[in-house]
Amino acid sequence: MDAIILARAQFAFTVSFHFLFPAFSIGLASYLAVLEALWLKTGKGVYANLFRYWLKIFAVVFAMGVVSGIVMSYQFGTNWSVFSDKAGPVIGPLMAYEVLTAFFLEAGFLGVMLFGINKVGRKLHFVATLAVALGTFISAFWILSVNSWMQTPVGYEIGANGQFLPGPSWLTIIFNPSFPYRLFHTVLAAYLTTAFIVGAVGAWHLLKDRSNPGARKMFSMAMWMAAIVAPIQIFAGDMHGLNTLEHQPVKVMAMEGHFQSHPEGAPLILFGIPNSAEQRVDYVVEIPKASSLILKHQLDAPLKGLDTVPQADRPPVGIVFWAFRVMVGIGFAMLGIGLLSLIARWRKALYDWSLLHRFAVLMGPSGLIAVLAGWIVTEVGRQPFTIYGLLRTTQSASPLDAPAVASSLLAFVIVYFTVFGMGIWYLLHLMKKPPEAHETPLGDAPIRSAGITPAPAIIEGASA
Amino acid sequence: MIDLTVIWACIIGFAIIAYVVMDGFDLGIGILFPFFKVGQDRDTAMNSIAPVWDGNETWLVMGVGGLFAAFPLAYAIILPALYAPMIAMLLGLVFRGVAFEFRWRDPAHRAFWDTAFTTGSVIATFAQGIALGALLQGITVEGRSYAGGWWEWLSPFSLLTGVGLLIGYALLGACWLNWKTEGGLQRQTVTYAGRLGIGLLIMIGVISLATLRLETQYYQRWLSFPGVVATAQVPLATLIVTFLFYRSLRVKRDVQPFFWALSLFGLCLVGLGVSIWPDVVPARVTIWEAAAPVRSQLFMLVGAAIMVPMILAYTAWSYWVFRGKVGTEGYH
Repeated sequence: MDAIILARAQFAFTVSFHFLFPAFSIGLASYLAVLEALWLKTGKGVYANLFRYWLKIFAVVFAMGVVSGIVMSYQFGTNWSVFSDKAGPVIGPLMAYEVLTAFFLEAGFLGVMLFGINKVGRKLHFVATLAVALGTFISAFWILSVNSWMQTPVGYEIGANGQFLPGPSWLTIIFNPSFPYRLFHTVLAAYLTTAFIVGAVGAWHLLKDRSNPGARKMFSMAMWMAAIVAPIQIFAGDMHGLNTLEHQPVKVMAMEGHFQSHPEGAPLILFGIPNSAEQRVDYVVEIPKASSLILKHQLDAPLKGLDTVPQADRPPVGIVFWAFRVMVGIGFAMLGIGLLSLIARWRKALYDWSLLHRFAVLMGPSGLIAVLAGWIVTEVGRQPFTIYGLLRTTQSASPLDAPAVASSLLAFVIVYFTVFGMGIWYLLHLMKKPPEAHETPLGDAPIRSAGITPAPAIIEGASA
Repeated sequence: MIDLTVIWACIIGFAIIAYVVMDGFDLGIGILFPFFKVGQDRDTAMNSIAPVWDGNETWLVMGVGGLFAAFPLAYAIILPALYAPMIAMLLGLVFRGVAFEFRWRDPAHRAFWDTAFTTGSVIATFAQGIALGALLQGITVEGRSYAGGWWEWLSPFSLLTGVGLLIGYALLGACWLNWKTEGGLQRQTVTYAGRLGIGLLIMIGVISLATLRLETQYYQRWLSFPGVVATAQVPLATLIVTFLFYRSLRVKRDVQPFFWALSLFGLCLVGLGVSIWPDVVPARVTIWEAAAPVRSQLFMLVGAAIMVPMILAYTAWSYWVFRGKVGTEGYH
């Protein structure tokens, strides 16, 4: 194992683990803001209880997101120092903006959001919740801009010392060609991820008690999200794919499993096992010309294959091919459950169809899996480059010895599995409890509720 | 001489100061945690920082993010050079960060998460101290990259700075708890603050003298005439601040000892500045050599000029919301 493979494994491991938490917390922060807004507007206790129920979960998720995120801001320098030196003048400022406009906003208002409702009152507390939700979105904005620039680099100049330098317009760099599509697709993915977790928790409790008002409300809200957002997401994903075809055609070749060029219309490969050694897909199940139809909107449109790309410039096909199918498959399963929920709603059986509830429980982690799969498609599909077409991964790494990277990788694996494994167990434990009519505030821990009467401001509204 | 690069060096210097001021005390509480009584005292100590620790730690990201953006070459040299301490610090921060939530979620394993809180805080602090020492003693640089081995950071001097920072942060933690708590816990922390103050003063003296021997640049900065007239004010001020610190402790002030302890840290940072200015990798790379182009620095300066005052404002508001003694005011 050489140091570069180990460094890649480490980055992939730490970023994948990290990504799970913001993918959940971006949506959850917005969901909490919606719940609090509905509570302020209607005064209904069910919203206050749901808010408190999910706030406890949010606190744990957010803590894990923060600590795994700090690691990421150092990984660029520890493992990819040459990349950092070269790309720093362009992507560094974008990441600095993320810290200035997002991280501080989230962290600054989090304390008030978690513990402050009795100190600042409902309205100001709602402002804090909104600030945290906005912060999570702004964070996604900047980091996806950075990632998109690495996929579709524009607006740069090359300095005499080999650095990438910003050109005259920062807007060109920030709003690089793949950014709007990636941002839209990823943020929707985060909302769907949260919706399916919320839906699964609601469904789980409905299976035990159909009359639980909190479970009914959260399940219903989640199913609206599935019904409305899943189709939009499939459309957004298609747009993102077309954008990728325009700017990173090689990635699409790997996603489609097109080893060969198809001058008279390319087939859509549904399943098969990519065989990179033989340059073909084994056991293939395909629809003739359908790929050309989807990508070019024409049955006979020619599509180039990986045979037009030098061997050294090809991404690993198998991983990209499979990850893409996992993501798309989950997307359609989400669409399916959304449609089922509409039928159930129409028949006034949303809270009674236990088969639908079981399906929803099963789909609980689907968003997380889809998000990771999508991330793998876009990141592995960018290989063998860190900055697409311009800087190779092999030329980006830090001058480190393999043993140093190997031991730190081992340490990360052990610590992450222990710490986040227990954290996820706590999350499941919190989710296992049904939402109650008098949901305790976050400070249900001994000291926080000792002495002082807890949360009079909330209690009066919480009588669902 | 005041150009964008100097301004950015000052902003990053400010982020480091802000980090030490804000995260120093909450790491310090982690270091002192095992000495507090299980139950009420530990819960109070934890609660005194629960609403603010996340914001405090963001300054660390600001420091390193600012370094990446404004001085990418320095970021690319320093982080591989400090590989092991940096990874250790990050893993330490993981443990202590999650402990804030996990210890409430899992009473059966609270002892485990309390130990994780302390271990994480000690490792993170020790690693930061080691990083400082390793940078000061000079790292091997060739061309645009780090060229030393992966154990170069380890030396008696860097271990010394590591221990120094442990004592320093513990002092800040003790002073913070003196401010925010009452009764037995407060009396306990006052005693600790008194002892830690002596420890820190000794460490400052030893590390300062040892620093002078590391590079001729440092020696000349501090001791050549007539500069010595100015630089001698730093140790003098340190003695005066120490005196004021002990006087405020003796007359049982709640708030002042914390700020005098912070002033001691401030003087150490001034001393550090005297030694290394204008280098970003001490005695190796100057801020101008490592600087990002004007376009990058200018773009970020616009953002920093607008955002930093706002950040300071709402951070101050957040502290204000949770003001007062933890025991009596109680946001639990």
